[in-house]
Amino acid sequence: MIAPGTAQGVQLGRARAEAQANVELNLWQRSKQLLFDATGVAVAVLMLFPIYWMVATAFKPGRDILALTPKWFPSPFTLQNFRDAIARPFFLEDVRNSVIIVAVMLALALALAFLAAVGTARFGFKGRTAFLVMIIAVQMVPLNALIIPLYLMLDSVGQVDALPGVIAVYLAAVLPFMVWTLRGFVANIPVELEESAMIDGCTRVGAFLRITFPLVGPGLVATAIFGFIQAWNEYIIAYVLLSSPTNQTLTVWLASFTTNHGPEWGPLMAGATLTGLPVVAFFLVLQRYLAGGLTAGAVKG
Amino acid sequence: MGVAILAPDPEPDPPMLRRRAWLRSNFLPYALISPSVAVIGGILAFPLGMLVWLSLQHYGLRELIAHQGRWVGLDNYRSILVDPLFHQVIVRSLLFTFACVVLTLVLSTLLSLLLLKVRRVVRVLVMSALVFVWATPVIVSVDIWQWMFDYEFGVMNYLLTQLHVGNFIHHNWFDNPVQGLGVLVLVVVWGAIPFVTITLFAGLLQVPSDVIDAAQVDGAGAWQRFWFVTAPILKPIFLIVICLSTIWDFGVFNQIYVMLNARPSSDYFTIAIYSYRESFGVTQYGLGASIAVVMVIVLVFVTFFYVRETVKVAEIA
Repeated sequence: MIAPGTAQGVQLGRARAEAQANVELNLWQRSKQLLFDATGVAVAVLMLFPIYWMVATAFKPGRDILALTPKWFPSPFTLQNFRDAIARPFFLEDVRNSVIIVAVMLALALALAFLAAVGTARFGFKGRTAFLVMIIAVQMVPLNALIIPLYLMLDSVGQVDALPGVIAVYLAAVLPFMVWTLRGFVANIPVELEESAMIDGCTRVGAFLRITFPLVGPGLVATAIFGFIQAWNEYIIAYVLLSSPTNQTLTVWLASFTTNHGPEWGPLMAGATLTGLPVVAFFLVLQRYLAGGLTAGAVKG
Repeated sequence: MGVAILAPDPEPDPPMLRRRAWLRSNFLPYALISPSVAVIGGILAFPLGMLVWLSLQHYGLRELIAHQGRWVGLDNYRSILVDPLFHQVIVRSLLFTFACVVLTLVLSTLLSLLLLKVRRVVRVLVMSALVFVWATPVIVSVDIWQWMFDYEFGVMNYLLTQLHVGNFIHHNWFDNPVQGLGVLVLVVVWGAIPFVTITLFAGLLQVPSDVIDAAQVDGAGAWQRFWFVTAPILKPIFLIVICLSTIWDFGVFNQIYVMLNARPSSDYFTIAIYSYRESFGVTQYGLGASIAVVMVIVLVFVTFFYVRETVKVAEIA
């Protein structure tokens, strides 16, 4: 005969076993989690170390940089390397050139890319797909391969060693990506928003300027930052096209940073830190803007 | 003005109105894209055509001054095809690309999977580290690695000696091209990991968790879940990332050129550097152009897959 309590007894036993298994599982899970977290932290440290080492070196006095046993922290701390880097010939000229090139290029690129983005996102027309495929394909042409014809082209119109030539090349280089990205931003703004504004009495242009344009703001910022980073970081085009030191850009200045006694690591790392700083700053801004979600819920699907 | 068209006109002129609307809708999009088409056509597409044309010319210093090349047909291609240095350069470029792409992909995939598992704080930490590396300009990163691998005071030689990997005191990594290119692979992979990892991680977040759960219920292990469920869903993203990495790494120039202080020995020539050297170093622009054309042809194959996948993902067709 089976005792009336057997079922409960079996259940109790099962629950106890499960509880014990849970504890073991928990322990196993927790140690696994710890292992994952530790690996994550290790990866972050390894990836960041080169950048840390640049900044640390930039703040170290010369005798601590040229030490057989490296000093892990910059103490004593000095700004001399930054002063040396800025005082080096052509630093300020080359910063100015980089800023001019990037600013002019961006103004042109944003205008052109925005027009093309609206054209492809808001209108269906013959050749639209062909245009978009071209936009994607042309991004794949390596600029390295085009240097020779670009140099000869600009040489024949007297724009070698002049900023406009570089601006034109950078404009063409960033434009495909900017059109593509902005097109996505424009397409994501529901036409219904514009249409309802038009029903409320806006003209088509008015609806576009008052509704769509402000909503594309984050997209414009994001693509502008992308263009900034591309142009600011570019090296080979500027190196080939701009030959005189007063016309060069910051990356060319940085890449040619050597003296007769070999590189001066302190000022070089200070110069590298200064070159990278605006890019990092803009990257952090970019992240915030990409949060988006401004139009979410504006129109019920 | 648009207002006039929209306002209820007492006597509208239908044919006229229709014609204006027709004109606007047919003409406006072309007007909007034409500036971009002009810039891209004039500064990217035209030079690409000119590159091919140049590769069929003898174009040296004299021709540069005269702005006029001398037609030689396929001579440039014939001379690079029998050039043993060119063969070495091709093999070196392919191996370098293969090493960079495989390492980048494997490490980034592992890292993106790890990001799914770690606690939120750790994820934010890793992500910030990745963004910092991503934001570092290539020239800056080359300068940093050059300093870290400096033969005399570089921190790498010190660390490797301290960790008993061997005696690396005053070890010059760039004396031996295999070691030197190894360091350059490290530089390229370090710079590429952030973009690839973040892209793959964004893709992983899109994988529906119920599919993974279902596979787990059916008894699939972690490796099986990745290989048979996650990887096929991520296939388009993997393809795009592989194509982009291949294109960037096969055309590598900056890292090698700047790392070797603008004077790389022929042991370090990749295809982009060889093309540069032939044209701007020894002023044989025609020859340099033919090398660049070979580079573009190799990349066109890769690009073809990339464009097909991107179009598929974006569903514009």
